[in-house]
Amino acid sequence: MSIAQLTRGRVPAPARRAAGRDPLVVAAAVVASAIAVIAVAGPLLAPYDPNQLYVGEVSAPVSLDHPFGTDDLGRDVLSRVLAGAGASVVGPVIVVLLSTLVGTAVAVLSAWFGGVVDGVSTRLVEVIFAIPGLVLAVLAVAMFGKGLVAPVVALSIAYMPIVSRLVRAGARTELGKPYIAALRIQGVGSPTICVRHLLPALLPSILAQATLGFGYAMLDLAAISFLGLGAQPPASDWGVMIAGGQPALLNGAPEQSMFPALLVVVTVLSVNILGARVTSWAEGADR
Amino acid sequence: MTTHVIRQLAGKLGGLLLTLLLASIVIFFAVALTPGDPVTALAGGVRPTPEMIEAIRAEHHLDDPVWMQYLRWVGGVLHGDLGDSYVYGTSVASLIAPRVGISALLVGYTVVLITIVGIGSGILAAVRRRRTEKAILLGTSLGVAMPTFVVAILLIWVFGRVLGWFPVYGAGDGFVDHLYHLTLPAVSLSVLYIAYMSRITRGAIVAQQDAEHVDTARVRGLPRAHVFRRHVLLNASPPILSVSGATIAGLIAVSAVAEQAFGISGIGSLLTEAAARKDLPVVQVLSLLLVAVFVVLNAVVDVAVAIIDPDTVKRRSNA
Repeated sequence: MSIAQLTRGRVPAPARRAAGRDPLVVAAAVVASAIAVIAVAGPLLAPYDPNQLYVGEVSAPVSLDHPFGTDDLGRDVLSRVLAGAGASVVGPVIVVLLSTLVGTAVAVLSAWFGGVVDGVSTRLVEVIFAIPGLVLAVLAVAMFGKGLVAPVVALSIAYMPIVSRLVRAGARTELGKPYIAALRIQGVGSPTICVRHLLPALLPSILAQATLGFGYAMLDLAAISFLGLGAQPPASDWGVMIAGGQPALLNGAPEQSMFPALLVVVTVLSVNILGARVTSWAEGADR
Repeated sequence: MTTHVIRQLAGKLGGLLLTLLLASIVIFFAVALTPGDPVTALAGGVRPTPEMIEAIRAEHHLDDPVWMQYLRWVGGVLHGDLGDSYVYGTSVASLIAPRVGISALLVGYTVVLITIVGIGSGILAAVRRRRTEKAILLGTSLGVAMPTFVVAILLIWVFGRVLGWFPVYGAGDGFVDHLYHLTLPAVSLSVLYIAYMSRITRGAIVAQQDAEHVDTARVRGLPRAHVFRRHVLLNASPPILSVSGATIAGLIAVSAVAEQAFGISGIGSLLTEAAARKDLPVVQVLSLLLVAVFVVLNAVVDVAVAIIDPDTVKRRSNA
């Protein structure tokens, strides 16, 4: 059996079998898939125009006409939550993709070359690590203005060190193994070893970190929107909706904040459960 | 061993200063290279005449090379001159000074909650297996998905509308009233971190309970409480301590959310407002302040960990 077969063949099957035994993981997968569908098709599923004002029905409670009630301007909360799902989910996805790609590249390069490259990139990662994600995002907003673009880029940079530290440690362990030396002796080129052999071996732990990173990114971005620095009204980003519904809490109309808040919690919860499963699978795959 | 630790600590201090220096460069240049002319912001809303532009540029040394401006800024910060706000026209120091106390109190209150409830429930979950453990684990899995703003709106609804036991707006007057007003904000800030600390604590203790040296101590017939304190808890403390340091340091930035939700005028809400209004001098100084606190706290915790467990330092330096 070749090394490539060893590293690739064992990837999906045990994970699927393990997941099948745990009803919590199955439920989490169902919920996460549903959120993904809403994120893509939300505007089509919305029963009303998310920005239409129903003047006679301001801050209406939950009813058959408005299953999630209406907000302080008479807009249908369910339609707004569905329409805002895309923006609320895509932001964290981009953060995870960017930070994982860049972090992995930096880590693999510094583990492969060592020496000065490793020293410089480790120091750089250390500096970025010293700036909390939220601070970097706020700094980016101050520079480039409110909106989701600056915080998404800032958080991608802020999350990079976490990925990079993890992958660097994994890559150094992996590079010390005899099969890498064997490949080198056979004259296999460095890029081939890194891409075809090293990366597949590191994939489980990278995937685990990416899944968990999604939850953090979602909470951070929603917090930034809640602060009024991210997505701007009348956009129906969940963080914006939670902040917008806050005054109505004291008037006895909690629906406007609670439903988007519930969606944030449920999304993060389900992705975290999946993340924990991927992590334990990755730890198993290490051995 | 001692010289080894001292050398490690000296290296840590050097790394800390270098990190702070690099972070100050990143923060200053990021803001200095921001698109848009600072003159427009400094003119305070009126369309500046050419003479005004000249005067503003001269007053703020905007015609100097960027690195000169950086050195002047860092020199000023080190001497306590933090520059002037674009929006308020007053010094940044005079904006920060009255807000530091309340933010420190909020973060301190939160840290107490996290330490007592988070570490306490973690220990409980590790010691009492089965039902208690299950309940705590369920609570913590839910807790790590409960960000500050969600807990805040829940609390504002429950206490502001339904129960009315705690105030949901402002920070009050006087120390006791401050504590009363900061209770809900502190709870909303702490829930996620309590859950997180509880999991870390439980994990660290469970790992130690299964360790060979603990079995040995038990077999030697040492009292259970003694084994738990001297062999389990002490050895589990380094990871718990390092995670709490990083958590508390990050907490200061997140406190902006609680301050916003509960209408408290502190450092976090000042930073948020400054960013929204592009008040760059305020943003620069506050970012640097938060980074400095973050880095220093983490370093202090590293030193504490090194004192408890010199092996960790050795292991890390070899990694």
